[in-house]
Amino acid sequence: MAAKKITTPLTDEAVRDLRAGDAVEITGVVYQARDAAHKRLVALIEAGEQLPFELAGAVVYYMGPSPAKPGNVIGSAGPTTSGRMDAYAPLLMRHGLKGMIGKGLRSADVKQAMQDEGAVYFAATGGAGALLAKRIVANEVIAYPELGAEAIARLEVVDFPAIVVMDCHGGDLYAEGRAEYAREV
Amino acid sequence: MNVREFDVAAVTAAVRDLCVTANYDLPVDVYDALKAAQESEESPVGREVLAQLVENADIAATDRVPICQDTGFAVIFAEVGQDVHLAGGDFEEAVHEGVRQGYGDGYLRKSVAEEPGHARRNTKDNTPAIIHTTIVPGDRVRLTMMAKGGGAENMSSLNMLKPAQGWAGMLDAVVETVSRAGSNPCPPVIIGVGIGGTIEKVTLLAKKALLRDVGSTHPDPRIAAMEDELLEKINALGIGPQGLGGRTTALDVFIEEMPCHIASMPMAVNVQCHAQRHKTVTL
Repeated sequence: MAAKKITTPLTDEAVRDLRAGDAVEITGVVYQARDAAHKRLVALIEAGEQLPFELAGAVVYYMGPSPAKPGNVIGSAGPTTSGRMDAYAPLLMRHGLKGMIGKGLRSADVKQAMQDEGAVYFAATGGAGALLAKRIVANEVIAYPELGAEAIARLEVVDFPAIVVMDCHGGDLYAEGRAEYAREV
Repeated sequence: MNVREFDVAAVTAAVRDLCVTANYDLPVDVYDALKAAQESEESPVGREVLAQLVENADIAATDRVPICQDTGFAVIFAEVGQDVHLAGGDFEEAVHEGVRQGYGDGYLRKSVAEEPGHARRNTKDNTPAIIHTTIVPGDRVRLTMMAKGGGAENMSSLNMLKPAQGWAGMLDAVVETVSRAGSNPCPPVIIGVGIGGTIEKVTLLAKKALLRDVGSTHPDPRIAAMEDELLEKINALGIGPQGLGGRTTALDVFIEEMPCHIASMPMAVNVQCHAQRHKTVTL
């Protein structure tokens, strides 16, 4: 499959251009954040305080890596289940978040917010953490180091492979792909 | 009768090595099943995902890094021969120490939170291990380590069915569990099914079922037929690799059965991701 090359931060135009089922290769900065970090980000927004990174156009990667071996940029670094971040994602989108990388199903609220705010959800291959780590060329923890694997990190990725599963037009490859291959037995 | 003296320090050393190697080296049966699925999968996206998973396993084995960043809760099955005398310290602490060393030395992720109902603090060394000990005949100690990730474990189910629901009811409940899980547990999955026993025993049966080799056939032909029927129905769901659509939703289904109360029909489904990491050593 020929992959679309995209760069971060994402523009509204770039988001509109992506359709469920598109293979992409992402280059640029993405922010690593999972459960505990999301809880803190939402608390900061609700308190009207500054976030540890610029949310406008940003892409978050739902991921908590294994520790880096000496000489490596990062340990294994595949996606975690995105649904656990559903409670937080719509507020982040309302504050400028444009892309999410993870794996697994999203809530109706998240899908609606993606359409309302113009955001896209990418699936990276879960359980391919050794392979995906090779596409991460820089890694710097920028907030909450005390959370260990749950800290927020600024990652630079090059040609990071993913599939658009949910687009800003309501497309959903999880539903469409499954319907295409389901059969009666 | 001869009693074999056995220093628990050997347990620590063995558990340490099991934790590291189980997380770096995908079992060959799982690897071969992923390669075979690459041939049979009809979905182009599905084939691409399977190709990534095979390449990922190669990278992990060659570079000595974890297959997946979720290096799991360390589940240890210990079969201790009844002619063994465990000496030199506390057996369970020896297991925990092995996990501590393995997850530290192997650069594995520490994924255990203590006081989960409130504080949710990371224990920082991946302990405690989950330890299932059985006493067996003989003078050997057999240790199996399973690295169980959170994403797939979360999609598992316990079903206290009515006896009248029979096999049809169980079949529906297993398929429904996999269907509801969709893309979440990192398909293609491996499904362990426990049937019978009690509420705690049936879930353990489901987990132990996952230790069988992918592609192996149950010795009881009636159960083997049930497993085949389940696999066919699951793979007809269309979920496919990573839930992106395809034929390969599960690589295999394993059933373990035991007697149950005349009023009960417990059935548990333990969902395992394609990174089915486990390893056994006999000491």
